[in-house]
Amino acid sequence: MGIPYSYSFRNLWTRRLTTLLTASGMGLVVFVFAATLMLAEGLRQTLVQTGSPDNVVVLRKASNSEVQSGVERAQASLLESQPEVAIGPDGAPLLAKEMVVLINLRKRKGNAPANVVIRGVTATSLQLRPAIRLKDGRMPRPGSAEVIAGESIARRFKGGGMGETLRFGMRDWRVVGVFDAGATGFSSEIWGDSDQMMQAFRRQAYSSIIFRLRDPSGFDAYKARVEGDPRLTVEAKRETQYYLDQSEAMAKFLRILGMVLTIVFSIGAVIGATITMYAAVANRVTEIGTLRALGFQRKSILSAFIMEALLLGLCGGVLGVGAASFMQLITISTMNWASFSELAFSFTLTFGIVWKSLLFSLIMGLVGGALPAVRASRMNIVEALRAT
Amino acid sequence: MFMLKYILRNLFRHKLRSILTVVGVAVAVLAFGLLRTLVGLWYSGAEHASDTRLVTRNAISLIFPLPISYLERIRGVPGVTSVSYGNWFGGVYIEEKNFFANYAVEPRSYLNLYPEFILTPKEQNDFFLDRKGCIVGERLARTYGWKVGDLITLKGTIFPGQWEFALRGIFRGAEKATEERMLLFHWNYLNESLRQTMPRRADQAGFFIIGVKKPEAASEVSLAVDSMFKNSLAETLTETERAFQMGFVSMTEAIMVAIQIVSYMVIAIIMVVAANTMAMTARERIGEYATLKTLGFKAGHLAGLIFGESVAISLLGGLLGVAATFPAASWIEAELAQYFPYFSVSVETMLLELSAALIVGVVSGIFPTWRGATIRIADGLKRIG
Repeated sequence: MGIPYSYSFRNLWTRRLTTLLTASGMGLVVFVFAATLMLAEGLRQTLVQTGSPDNVVVLRKASNSEVQSGVERAQASLLESQPEVAIGPDGAPLLAKEMVVLINLRKRKGNAPANVVIRGVTATSLQLRPAIRLKDGRMPRPGSAEVIAGESIARRFKGGGMGETLRFGMRDWRVVGVFDAGATGFSSEIWGDSDQMMQAFRRQAYSSIIFRLRDPSGFDAYKARVEGDPRLTVEAKRETQYYLDQSEAMAKFLRILGMVLTIVFSIGAVIGATITMYAAVANRVTEIGTLRALGFQRKSILSAFIMEALLLGLCGGVLGVGAASFMQLITISTMNWASFSELAFSFTLTFGIVWKSLLFSLIMGLVGGALPAVRASRMNIVEALRAT
Repeated sequence: MFMLKYILRNLFRHKLRSILTVVGVAVAVLAFGLLRTLVGLWYSGAEHASDTRLVTRNAISLIFPLPISYLERIRGVPGVTSVSYGNWFGGVYIEEKNFFANYAVEPRSYLNLYPEFILTPKEQNDFFLDRKGCIVGERLARTYGWKVGDLITLKGTIFPGQWEFALRGIFRGAEKATEERMLLFHWNYLNESLRQTMPRRADQAGFFIIGVKKPEAASEVSLAVDSMFKNSLAETLTETERAFQMGFVSMTEAIMVAIQIVSYMVIAIIMVVAANTMAMTARERIGEYATLKTLGFKAGHLAGLIFGESVAISLLGGLLGVAATFPAASWIEAELAQYFPYFSVSVETMLLELSAALIVGVVSGIFPTWRGATIRIADGLKRIG
């Protein structure tokens, strides 16, 4: 017969201070573990949600991002006439010729400079991105020096708010609207009329061509044909893939950083758990002897102490995940190396992260409690009873 | 003396527990030191930037170029000693993951402005004479096994095409902190090719580097340059090299702040572990403390005893951690050479490590000390276990 679970539980309760200290040490480790996972997940979700699987981005060959790319007007017209481009309700192709450049803006807080994406758009651009909704104000009038700003820009950058003006390309641009793009990369962008922007920046070429596929499964055939066309020097990517590639370097950095930190931290926490469990065993030598004398087997003693360690780990895990869930309120903004521009994303907690963190805390408890539990189960009855 | 001996004896009463705590503190201190060094490295580029060099770029943002005709006008500004120019080339060697900086620059004036790139006179001359020549830093050459005379092909991401360069020299950094993962080639090579393939993009420079006589002249010169091009098609922004680098650093600052927070968190974690050890120790010895009090020892003696043990454990761990920092840093320097130009631990970091250990010792000693010092003799003696 095994020792009842309540024995393990009550032991933890009796030494509340020690339990709390050990569990909070583990909790901090779980917190760091969960927070880095959440950050990587937030980044991934932001960039993946930015793209739509039905949309295709066409860039100049070998350019990694829209900012580096350039598609001449003649090539753009050629791309517009491809049969794979879906036709909108008004009979016009669902295709947008966009121009993307970076401008240097200063943050409201701290005046630090950052590279912000400015996108010259056409009327179809909004149709291609259903996630974007005008929250405040109105759309810029075509042919005027007006822009709309993403929510994250309006909030954090000087001159980005509703009614303010930005100066670039020898002109003042008035912000006439603020748009809500949800958790996508577009909320860190400023949009204006494409033709006006190209004038202001003295550009002859578009940066990228974005269109909706008539038939989503026809992408591979389209890609092969367009990339093989001698008149075109472009490459086509699904929009989801394009934004996934943009996040790769950063996500890898976050993952490696998180892993290294977690390993180092967990050494500390496991040591804490070991100390606690050794003390738990040492304090109860007589008790263990009594249990053995009553007929409980070595196996039962072992499992009771392992259970205690697991419970300790779980307490830490719950504490850590609980604290980490508050991190969802925080938005991080930093430069994405791949696109060289500002990107805002938040910590995102998913069910997968929760159970990974809890599992991690259980493993820490198990590793910390294994040696002390083995020692407890190996005790000689007579010697244990004799100890004071 | 007696107290010291007592503290030492106490330390070894629970050998395993003390050792585990010491190791825990050592690991935490080590992690703390390495993280702080990493953050320091992030800012080292800006810290080592020269005061007498200014960077002029397009005011809109870095991706917009400036006409090369600005060169002579900048040269005429009083206080300017020499001017060089170049472009961020953004070429990729074979695969995207082989990232390193590559610039198209005007070689003579550029190397004149950057005396920290050391080449032999022969290599320098070979590079100047060969328009398709390039030079790379020693570290980069070692990474890819390049030798002088090799042909290196880069795939252009900003300037399309396959670009071939002949390696004419391998430069050494004058200081440890000098960036050596870099490839430099002739701006003329880029420009001549652009004239043929994309005339619209030719005759433009991404940046101008301006050398000034003395650091005090920097602000005057940058104002003079920027006002000269005010209200033109390409307005300029001139700042010191340090400010320019700091601009980059501050864009990724959020990540560095996170690492800094984490480096303090590791200390917090170990503080909890150490506090736990001391709390357990004190609880087990409550009876002893009562006995000592009965014998006439005052609360102060007991406080010193407990506090001393706590600080001794932490400092021992701290010393161990500091000692381990050096082999760890040199290992990182050897193994991760492609990410970090150097990885040396500063004296300041070591002092911080030790003070962190001391704080851990002090904080974790507070509660048990209070318990031990204030225990009433009768209660202490009555307590079992």
